[in-house]
Amino acid sequence: MNVPILQMRGITKTFPGVKALQDVTLDVNRGEVHAICGENGAGKSTLMKVLSGVYAHNTFDGEIRFEDEPCAFSSISDSEKRGIVIIHQELALSPYLSIAENIFLGNEIASRGWVDWRKTNLEAAKLLARVGLDENPVTPIQHISVGKQQLVEIAKALSKKVKLLILDEPTAALNDEDSDHLLDLILHLKGQGVTSIIISHKLNEIRKVADAVTIIRDGRSIETLRLDQGQITQERIIRGMVGRDLDSLYPERTPQIGGEVLRIEGWTVQHPQDHSRTVVHNASLNVRAGEVVGLAGLMGAGRTELAMSVFGRSYGRAVSGKVFKYGKEINTSTVPQAIAHGIAYATEDRKHYGLNLIEDIKRNISMAALSKLAKRGWVDKNRETAVANGYRDSMNIKAPAVSAITGKLSGGNQQKVVLSKWMFSDPDVLILDEPTRGIDVGAKYEIYTIIAGLAAQGKAVIVISSELPELLGICDRIYTLSAGHVTGEVPISEASQETLMHYMTQEKE
Amino acid sequence: MSALRESLGFLASRLRQVGIFLALILIVLLFQILTDGILLQPQNVTNLVVQNSYILILAIGMVMVIIAGHIDLSVGSIAGFIGAVAGVMIVHWGWPWWAAIPACLLVGALVGAWQGYWIAYVGIPAFIVTLAGMLIFRGLTLITLKNQQITPFPDELRALGGGFLPDISGGTSVLEWLTVLLGVVGTAALLFQSVKERRIRRRLGLENEPMAWFATKTAFIALLMLAITFLLASYRGTPIVLVVLAVLVVGYSALMNNSIFGRHTYAIGGNLHAAQLSGIKTKAVTFRLFVNMGVLAALAGLIFTARLNSAQPAGGTGFELDSIAAAFIGGAAVQGGIGTVAGAMIGGLIMGVLNNGMSILGLGTDYQQLIKGLVLLLAVGFDIFNKNRAGGSSSIAKRFTFRTAPPAAEGKVPAPEAVSAADPVAPGVGR
Repeated sequence: MNVPILQMRGITKTFPGVKALQDVTLDVNRGEVHAICGENGAGKSTLMKVLSGVYAHNTFDGEIRFEDEPCAFSSISDSEKRGIVIIHQELALSPYLSIAENIFLGNEIASRGWVDWRKTNLEAAKLLARVGLDENPVTPIQHISVGKQQLVEIAKALSKKVKLLILDEPTAALNDEDSDHLLDLILHLKGQGVTSIIISHKLNEIRKVADAVTIIRDGRSIETLRLDQGQITQERIIRGMVGRDLDSLYPERTPQIGGEVLRIEGWTVQHPQDHSRTVVHNASLNVRAGEVVGLAGLMGAGRTELAMSVFGRSYGRAVSGKVFKYGKEINTSTVPQAIAHGIAYATEDRKHYGLNLIEDIKRNISMAALSKLAKRGWVDKNRETAVANGYRDSMNIKAPAVSAITGKLSGGNQQKVVLSKWMFSDPDVLILDEPTRGIDVGAKYEIYTIIAGLAAQGKAVIVISSELPELLGICDRIYTLSAGHVTGEVPISEASQETLMHYMTQEKE
Repeated sequence: MSALRESLGFLASRLRQVGIFLALILIVLLFQILTDGILLQPQNVTNLVVQNSYILILAIGMVMVIIAGHIDLSVGSIAGFIGAVAGVMIVHWGWPWWAAIPACLLVGALVGAWQGYWIAYVGIPAFIVTLAGMLIFRGLTLITLKNQQITPFPDELRALGGGFLPDISGGTSVLEWLTVLLGVVGTAALLFQSVKERRIRRRLGLENEPMAWFATKTAFIALLMLAITFLLASYRGTPIVLVVLAVLVVGYSALMNNSIFGRHTYAIGGNLHAAQLSGIKTKAVTFRLFVNMGVLAALAGLIFTARLNSAQPAGGTGFELDSIAAAFIGGAAVQGGIGTVAGAMIGGLIMGVLNNGMSILGLGTDYQQLIKGLVLLLAVGFDIFNKNRAGGSSSIAKRFTFRTAPPAAEGKVPAPEAVSAADPVAPGVGR
């Protein structure tokens, strides 16, 4: 039954000054779904790049055997010839090309250099049927959702006669429903004999699909847990990943809640392009000093849209409604005004909207409140460095110096830089949009501690999150959104995943 | 030993900045040998400064525009247009030079505001707006000049192009003493400032450059300044344009490094969305950058016109390309966020020394263009090579790795949630 398809032995890969992988062992059996877990920077992606030939065989030590034959890949095309296909976290699709063109990109169905379009579209349609995607193959990729694009990637892999499919955080950008479909598809392909390796942070997903879990920590393979031996449990995986037991996933805190800081009334937002769509309907909510308020909702519920439209009309058009701070109406129609009124918004997409990745830590931290460091328009750079050093220490940002480039930091450390930036702007209200997205378990705990600390200082905190356990773990009160409506307001004492989900799926006309 | 190693390591981390500087020195030495020492003769050094001053002034504004992620193709035409305007004001209308110069700079600011409006507030890409500007202002130059050159200009204006600071020794001394004084005071000020800054940083407990590196660098720059002073003083002294240029370089370097405006410029070029969401008034910053570019282009046009003593229909043609090349050779990034005024100056000087050296050698413009093109390609190619070898550790490494927006990106600030909501949920997986 357990026939090995892939054996990696003693894999060691060094970059100048860093040992990224050290003596890693990975055994994958034919026809199983094998999860790889580990904190960000543990070496998971590096290991997959070694396997798929992104790093040529002579740049690392160790042995790879696939289907009982040694492998020496020099490029991705070498590994693809053997049936090993990797799907990266950031999809490799060309937005303006059609689904069919993307599927056969670099692998065109052609004779003498001329593409056979009829056959291309026909074959594409067959592949789409295999992944359960009901779309016309000539539709441009940009017109289908991210979830469907992910399925197109898998169809592309199938076109290459995949035997071993590697998925790097496939559900990171997907909503729950699309994630479920994808996981079902992986199980479906397993039934057809396709072996999968899936890299994921989401432990519930791993429990759903994985037959085995290999844990990587600090560039070493720690252990392989097997489902048939009853070893795959959340506690066991977390312990392996962080190297210790997490007594609690969330820090203890005793909320000390004061008066109302921010109140939003009758907030309505139209879609920026599609004028017939109302993204947020007549939403009202409030947050008090020292309180952590959660915004729960499925994808498309309008959480980010609500937050960003309040924060300087950064989203949407025809925004209407009132914002009150300490009971007085305020104008937050531009970002500088919102910041001046003590509102901060830390985006869910820190790479595209939160950080200047080519700039260093200190300049990112000072970006939103540079005038605090300046006299008559001139910045005191020494004070800036001192301020940044202060945050590096207090927030535990792991970097050699505050002159380190933020693009090179891990997700957790980048998030700490974003939080430092907004803490330095000294807000009264912080809106944190998916503050732990793409962050490993250990760093998540640190972010929760920071949030608790902010509340303890008397700040009003709004947390937007797709992970209900997270909201239940850190919030004092949770609003639910469904299709742009506020459908519920639940104090933490009455909140459970079931009640929240009930409100989150409630329809309002 | 460890101090040496530390310095070398630091040097490696600054390979780009140091490399471009070394390249300039190598090119100077090469032509010094090839031209049998003519290149560094006092008269030729003076020529070098005066000939390249307007390109260097344009490069200051250009590198700022490029740092913000834009480009300006119209500066050559604007410079030509301002030359024409100056000709009409001074020669036809008889305006005094002290009224015409500020008036011309004001016209430059208006031209910059015109382009800045379309780019910042209407949202047309700078490439298009300034390409249009290139045609518009060349056309206006021809209209203003009625296709004929205007000449001559009064001596006061001509001094801006080819004049020197007065000789306080009355021409009796071998060295021109005012130049010596300026050079020595300037060098001393630089040394004093560097040491003071280092002390402050040490007192605050901030990271400092390694001592050996700091000492070598500072000593080298000081010697270089004194050498240039000596060469200039051996000829006719300090060209007035050099004073203008020095003030601009010092002022704009400080502006870009230490002012809120400069820092916002870097932030916009590095990540426009993050800058917007950090409360930076990105449109206002962009608008001002183009107004500034217009003023500097006007200044360059005035100096060029003053040097030629005539406003010409084709004046300023090709300046935009030289100044853009200067910025990129000096390490600016095509997609914005990276670049320095000092780098652009060194890039401009490399182009200038190449021009001058090859002219002395008697190479035709055909070969000059060929070689300058290759140098631009090599300079940027070196960055890419350097990046690949270092495994992407250099910040310049990001120069040509264009960031791709997520496929969902559309409109002002896309919210990923909105996309999946727009489509019906993926249909069930067949099994």
